[in-house]
Amino acid sequence: MMPQFIRRYRRDEEPVPFTLNGSPEIGRRGDTVMTAILSVSGGLRHTEFTGESRAGFCLIGACQDCLVTMPDSSRVRACTTALAPGMAFVTTGPQGLKGGCHD
Amino acid sequence: MTETVQPVIVGAGPAGIGAAERLVKAGLRPIVLDEGFRAGGQIYRRPLIDDGRSYRNRYGSEAKKAERLHRAFDRLVPSIDYRPETLVWNVADTDRGGHLDVLSRGIHREIAFTHLLLATGATDRVLPFPGWTRPGVYTLGAAQTALKAQGCTVGEKLVFMGSGPLLYLVAWQYMKAGASVEAVLDTGPLSSKAHLISLLPRAPRIIALGLFYGVQLKLAGVRILYGVRPEAIIGEERVDGIRFRVGDQIETLQCNALAYGFALRAETQLADLAGCRFRFDERDRAWLPERDALGRTSRPQVYVAGDGSGIAGADAAELAGELAALALIEDLGKAHGGDRARQLIAAHGRILRQRDILEKAFPFPRDWFETVPGTTMLCRCEEISISEARLAIETENISEVNRLKALSRVGMGRCQGRMCSAAAAEFLSGVRKVEPEAVGRLRAQAPVKPIPLTFGVTGEGEARS
Repeated sequence: MMPQFIRRYRRDEEPVPFTLNGSPEIGRRGDTVMTAILSVSGGLRHTEFTGESRAGFCLIGACQDCLVTMPDSSRVRACTTALAPGMAFVTTGPQGLKGGCHD
Repeated sequence: MTETVQPVIVGAGPAGIGAAERLVKAGLRPIVLDEGFRAGGQIYRRPLIDDGRSYRNRYGSEAKKAERLHRAFDRLVPSIDYRPETLVWNVADTDRGGHLDVLSRGIHREIAFTHLLLATGATDRVLPFPGWTRPGVYTLGAAQTALKAQGCTVGEKLVFMGSGPLLYLVAWQYMKAGASVEAVLDTGPLSSKAHLISLLPRAPRIIALGLFYGVQLKLAGVRILYGVRPEAIIGEERVDGIRFRVGDQIETLQCNALAYGFALRAETQLADLAGCRFRFDERDRAWLPERDALGRTSRPQVYVAGDGSGIAGADAAELAGELAALALIEDLGKAHGGDRARQLIAAHGRILRQRDILEKAFPFPRDWFETVPGTTMLCRCEEISISEARLAIETENISEVNRLKALSRVGMGRCQGRMCSAAAAEFLSGVRKVEPEAVGRLRAQAPVKPIPLTFGVTGEGEARS
């Protein structure tokens, strides 16, 4: 999938390795999880009801559309979570895993 | 007396910072709770790490204000109890004090307050149209945040749509950052811009900046169209373009991202949980906490300031923050400079009068739902379509937003109505042929944002999730 975000700054910042759907990827120091994922792909999750793809919307932690699943089924809000080395995310396949209070 | 006084400020944008500065000057040590990583709020949001950009590059015309506010806050930090990355999700017992339930880096806590100053800011006000949930469609504020805080553009080739000064500013910022700006689609008619003439003598800087962005976009060959209504986003899994109407014409533009919005929407959930009385505000088309000239709410020792108490922008927020702090100081029986309060009230009033004009120049599209098809998603969390909401309204004879929520699930999802409540109220009032005020106010519920449910208490009132 085509990356959604285009980096304009911090392009040569220290690399931060992470895993996306089992494949190794590189983010940059100072990235949110959202920036890291959308700089290399075009989506963050699929919805529980219709299964349509989503890639965030508000970027300020209000819409909750950027919840990203981790391999242990826990979720992070991608726009307000800093990327850390070794993080792993699953953005394809069955979603709608439980964990939040409004599920 | 000060030993038993514990003011808590929620939010560290211009209002929260303005309030904290004044409280510290009065010898108080407020707790400042901030959902962000670093103080600044949304407009003066700071990046996670220094990315080598200057204030000028990052904040443009607002660079000096941003730098001054950041420096002011950084100087304050030793004199306050600053807690970043802290979500306040509940307000309890507000009979002259109470406590907040907060979640901070996975730890649950209760924080007691004697005085609560809410500076909770705003989110973009959005309206649904076919494809608004597609990857690549973002709010105008989101587009700006991506650039400001992360140094990214939310696409390579973009269309900007909506109503408000932010529309032109963000389009210009993206052009400067090297993105390809295909068009600016203003949903307001060109004739509405004539109102800006009356703003010229009152706020020449706003007009000069607006003209500058508009002229620079035009000179770069960016199309600016007025009176636009979207037909649909083109593309199933991503944005490939947008189809829209302008006058009698239907046009299509290719792009891989759309940023849109219709001014802002106040974040009022905590004021609601604190038991504050609300009133309907015609300018914002929203229910807002009642406040006196300084920012006192109907609840003793609870204050509101900034966009969370009504949309007026960063400059007004800073003034309002200081005003609310003066009210708090006054309520403690301490003297403060009455002249300062009078100055601030006058300056704040001038900005509100400018807002009246801006609202006319960048009008809210009241006819929006007349042309949006029923298959369009109204609630993006629960994925409820306009047709489903209409069916519920008609079969259950719904005329109030909380009933609409209960019976159709619109506004019941993770965002707690942040992205759909304004639209749902507009839609319901349109179906019922009444003013938005008549359909009531969506009541806030704790937790105001999703929090992990599975946590165990670790003792001393703390719990780890």
